[in-house]
Amino acid sequence: MVPERLKYAKTHEWIDPESGRVGITYHAQEQLGDMVFVEFPEVGQEFPKGERFGSVESVKAVSDCYMPVSGRISAVNEALLSTPEVINQDPYGKGWLVEIQMTNPAELEELMDAGAYEKFVEEEAAKH
Amino acid sequence: MGEVKKTALNSVVRQMGGRMVEFAGWEMPVSFSGIIDEHIAVRTAAGLFDVSHMGEIEFRGRDALSAVQRLVCNDAAKLREGQAMYAGMLYPNGTFVDDLLVYKVSNEQFMFCVNAANTDKDYAWVMENVGGDVQVSNRSDDLAQLALQGPNSRSILQKLTSLDLRTIRYYWFRFGDVAGVENLMVSATGYTGERGFEVYIPNRFAEHIWEELFAAGADYGLKPAGLGARDTLRLEAGMMLYGNDIDDTTTPFEADLSWIVKMDKGDFIGRDALQKQLEEGLRRKLVGLEMVGPGIPRHGYEIQKDGRKIGYVTSGTMAPFLKKAIGLGYVSVEHSQIGSRVDVVVRGKPVQARIVAKPFYRRPKKKG
Repeated sequence: MVPERLKYAKTHEWIDPESGRVGITYHAQEQLGDMVFVEFPEVGQEFPKGERFGSVESVKAVSDCYMPVSGRISAVNEALLSTPEVINQDPYGKGWLVEIQMTNPAELEELMDAGAYEKFVEEEAAKH
Repeated sequence: MGEVKKTALNSVVRQMGGRMVEFAGWEMPVSFSGIIDEHIAVRTAAGLFDVSHMGEIEFRGRDALSAVQRLVCNDAAKLREGQAMYAGMLYPNGTFVDDLLVYKVSNEQFMFCVNAANTDKDYAWVMENVGGDVQVSNRSDDLAQLALQGPNSRSILQKLTSLDLRTIRYYWFRFGDVAGVENLMVSATGYTGERGFEVYIPNRFAEHIWEELFAAGADYGLKPAGLGARDTLRLEAGMMLYGNDIDDTTTPFEADLSWIVKMDKGDFIGRDALQKQLEEGLRRKLVGLEMVGPGIPRHGYEIQKDGRKIGYVTSGTMAPFLKKAIGLGYVSVEHSQIGSRVDVVVRGKPVQARIVAKPFYRRPKKKG
């Protein structure tokens, strides 16, 4: 369920260290429900790790998306503008949000791997 | 606040995959198969909602009618036996204690169906303001309520009742059997903009009727639906949500609900303040909004005209059936004309919207 090749942030974004693609996790889209709108940054914009770069919006709520590591936006997934539901259908694949050029790849070490993220989600669920 | 309450349907709702959230002190399903899927099911087939969290307040006695007349702004004297109406219960300053349905069982028996979040407040308000020969009881904890909504709802419910449902017109009700349970109140009402029925059920029969309805609905596309779809459906239908669109700071005139205010029916609580508002004129009005630019209006977003604040959004969503970003909001009256261009500030950016007529959705009229 949680792909091994990706790294995960506590704010439920994933990043592919190879391609620099960033999206939200299966767990995040499941919590938010049916996606209906995506707000993207401009290509070329630069954000530090942890900064809000855009948002996804489900029928019931808006959720901000944060940079898992620092970087410059090199592409946005424009297909989502007309088909935001792809985030629900394929959150780790066709539902990617943006592609970044990392400006400090060492920050990847601060993110969780698949196992740690799964545990993190379980712990969060137990709190409620 | 105390313990979170559970409806009589809590366990069957969970078994059917309800995603539970706390709402108004109750543990309720927000969705099952997904808000959009449930919303479309209600518009095109049928959906079943557990709305047992809603409150029921009963009035009995010779002075029941006069007590009700004093409490609500709509005219209960015009109701026939077996008829219901939408109304507001107001404070002396004309703002809402709550919005509600008033059911007339007989001249000596009425029932209010009120919002879950307001039930205790409403009951206390009623008790403070009734006099004469009338007994008031809060039946909320004994009664479950199911809302069966959608174009197939009548076909489904008809399989389980000897009532002739074709003869229960919109906003009328009757007592009858459902799935072998006698004397249930079956009301042709709802909060979705579709044809449908709301059935009031003593808690102990609620699970049985829920299950029988799903068995009867199997061939009719019946799906369980949650509070998420209930909210998007009511918003498309332009219906108010207390706490969002109306509350104790807004009057029925401001909320564009003058059709539920009968100034000529005699005195009622809030009438003097409303009279004064009529004489002085309104400053703001609730309007329908449709986004022109990209973005979805949400509760609390600012509405602007030429960079100046003219109001705020009270409800908004991406309407699943209309596939448009819509909302409700208060704007100053000079900007409230249908067709006016305004901006909704979406995360700091003004996005173009226009003021449109309500409701956003009206069910297609069919014969039969």
